[in-house]
Parts: sequence; C-alpha cells; structure tokens
Amino acid sequence: MKTPSPLRAAFRQALGEAWAGGAGVLLPIGFFAGAAMLVPFTVGSEASQLSSIGTGILWVALALASLVSMERVFQADLEDGVLELWAQEETPLFLVAAAKIIAHWLVSGLPLVLLTPPIGIALQVDPGALVPAMLAYGLGGLAFFLWGGVAGALAASVARGGLLISLLALPLFVPTAIFGALATLEGPGGPSLLFLAATTLFALSIAPFAASAALRLAVD
Amino acid sequence: MIRAFANPHRFMALSRWLAPACLGVGALLMVWSVWQGLWVVPHDDYQGGDIMRAMFVHVPSAWLAMASYMGLAATGLIWFVWRHELADMAAKSIAPLGAAYTAMCLATGSIWGKPTWGTWWLWDDARMMSVLVMFFLFLGYMALRAAMETRQKAARAGAILAMVGAVNVPLIKFSVDIWSSIHQDASVLRLDGPAMPPVYLTPLLIGGLAHMIFFAGLTMMLMRAEVWGRRGDVLIARKLSGA
Repeated sequence: MKTPSPLRAAFRQALGEAWAGGAGVLLPIGFFAGAAMLVPFTVGSEASQLSSIGTGILWVALALASLVSMERVFQADLEDGVLELWAQEETPLFLVAAAKIIAHWLVSGLPLVLLTPPIGIALQVDPGALVPAMLAYGLGGLAFFLWGGVAGALAASVARGGLLISLLALPLFVPTAIFGALATLEGPGGPSLLFLAATTLFALSIAPFAASAALRLAVD
Repeated sequence: MIRAFANPHRFMALSRWLAPACLGVGALLMVWSVWQGLWVVPHDDYQGGDIMRAMFVHVPSAWLAMASYMGLAATGLIWFVWRHELADMAAKSIAPLGAAYTAMCLATGSIWGKPTWGTWWLWDDARMMSVLVMFFLFLGYMALRAAMETRQKAARAGAILAMVGAVNVPLIKFSVDIWSSIHQDASVLRLDGPAMPPVYLTPLLIGGLAHMIFFAGLTMMLMRAEVWGRRGDVLIARKLSGA
C-alpha cells in the first residue's frame, strides 16, 4: 500500500483536528470576539472614540487570538510520534511545517477574518471600509500564524509552553501590526497594504525553515 | 580564526588574566568618563541643562544594547554552523548582559526624557520603540533557554531564535521608523542638531569604549563560570559512575 505523502497527511490532519473535540475552530473565535467585546467596557462607549480605534482593536484581538491554539499545533505531532516519521521522509521538513501552519491558519485564522466585519460594525467602524480591510486582516493573520508557528515549533518540547510562545512571537509581530494597522486606516490602494504583503511574504520565506530547524531539535 | 578561539583550554588560559584586566580597565575608563560627564563638561541649555549629563551613560548603553544583540546572533550562528561550544557559552553569557544594558538604556532614556520632553515615555519615538522590542527579544531568548531540558537543546533553540530575531531586527527598525514618522505631533529634540563639540564627544567616546571593554570582561567572566560549571558536572558524573 502506498503511504500518503507527508505533506497531504499533515494538511488533512490539521484540518481534521479542527473539528475534533477540545481546542477546535471555536476556541480562537470565542477568544477573538471576547477580547474585542471587552474593549468598549474599558475605553468607554462613545461612538466617535470607538470608531477611531476599532480597526486597531481588531488587530490586537487578531494577534492575540492567533496564539491561542498555537501550543498544540506541533506538540500533538511530537507526542504521538508523527513528527519523527515526517523528519525521516524524503519530503523536506520545511514544506511539512509550512503545510501544517497554513492548514492551521485556514481553520483558525481565516474564520477570524470572516468575523471582522460584524465585530467591526459593533465597534462603530465604517461598514464600507470593513470589507476591503478583510484582505489586510487575512494577510496580517497569515504572518502572525507563521511567526507563531516558529515559536510553537521552538516550544514544542516544552510542557505548558503557551506563555513562552507568546513571549517569543509577539516581538516578531511588530512590523505586521504596524503596516496592518496603517493599511486598514488608509483603505484599499494605499502603500501600506503593499508593505503589509511584503512582511507576510518575508515571514513566508523565513518561518518554514526556522520552524523545521526547531522541529528537528524537538525530535532529537 | 574562529578555530583558534574555539579551544577551551586556550580560552581559559587567556581569559584568566584578560577578563579581570578588561574589568579593571573598563571600570577605570568608565569612572573617568562619568566624572568628566558629571563634573567637568559645561552644561548645555540646548539639551535641557544638566540633565544632558545622562548622555554619558545613556548613549553607551544604547550602543552596547545593539552590539550585544548582534553578538548574540553571531555567536548563535557560529554555534549552529560549527558547533563550537564556546560560542554557545558566549551567547548564553551575552543574553542577560544585553537585557541589562537594554533596560539601562530605556531607564536612562526615560530619566532624560522627563525634563526635556516633558514625559517619561514617548510612544512615537522610533528609537525607544526599537529598543523596547529588543528588550523583549532578549527576555524571550532567556525564557526559551531556561525552558529546554538539556544544554544541547537550549543551545540549538537559542541559536535558531537569535537568528530569526536578527533577520527581523532591520524590518522592525524600518517599520517602527515609518510608523513614528506618521505621528509628528510631538517634536523630539535630536542629538544630531548641532555637531557635538569635542568637549562632550571625547568623554562620550571614551565612555562607549569603557562599557565595551567592561562588557567583554563580564562576558568572559560568565563564560569562565560556565566552563567551571561544566567541569564540575563532569567530575560529579565521574564520581557517581566510579562509586
């Protein structure tokens, strides 16, 4: 029997885990909405104030929500031994790492992007600006997941590594957060969206290699 | 050249006298530059009067903060490629020193900022923000090393993180510069306004040199402690297996 390629296996497994019990798709969504909901209680409910900071609140909530379930992404594979098998396959490990991270983004990053318009409207952001802003949130979220994936791979062998992952990943979020927030303020067609896309491409070109080096360390 | 420095015996023989020498020379130069800065140089009204004397600690600590992150990344790379144990010991030793210098840079910057800018902290100053991000990179590096089970794993994870951080530092710097150039409301007094007269420049440069030499001495001291610690581990293991 032909064994499935590790790339496809990693991808399908990540998609499947999202619907299995426990930390599934709903957890990041709940965290994202809950974090955004708390803000009007702390900064005040005036519509003018909320509408000026609404897109920024969404960025903060997105950055934090992207780290919620990062701890289990590689740790589960390490514990059940799949990671060891992948490390011995011909398929380069960085491709497997990229497949895992992108699949994880599809199931727990993309739903957050789809959720930005309703939460944004609740935060008094101009509804017309929210649909084009989804592109920025999608690009930025992917970069967050890629750097979070590097941190998750580094902390894969650490028990209770969740906080460690946040400490490692958050400084790396700075460029994406800056250009992302500028892009949503400028609206479509501004230069910041291109810079945001550049930070995502940068993450895409570096993070898989760093994550695979970290996974080899976790396996040894 | 790396090979010559990688020999632990040679390092121990060299650092035995070089580390205390660096600490002594660095401390002497530091005292001289602080004395010059606090008592000798005339105070400068353009930079907020006497508070500009903070410069003689603040500017060297900013240089050392940046240099120590570069050192962390370089030693991480050397360890990752050639697996020279001394490089990892150097990285491990540099991290807390770099974090301390970064914290000192932020603290003296705040103290200097309060009377001149009217606030302890300016979110839209790009340099402060970059240094703050670097402080968190150092903290993350130390936390990651501490979380690893074995020395080997700590070294590998630390090297990967230091290199990932190092490729991100220019990007962080660039993005923070762009971001702060948009908030131009608060005007920031800049050091590069007038060319600095030599009466300030000489103590400042000597101060920078002093901190560099002192930093090198501290790093070697911590590395020596690490070597002794590992020798101790070997002796304990030998005793346990022999008994």
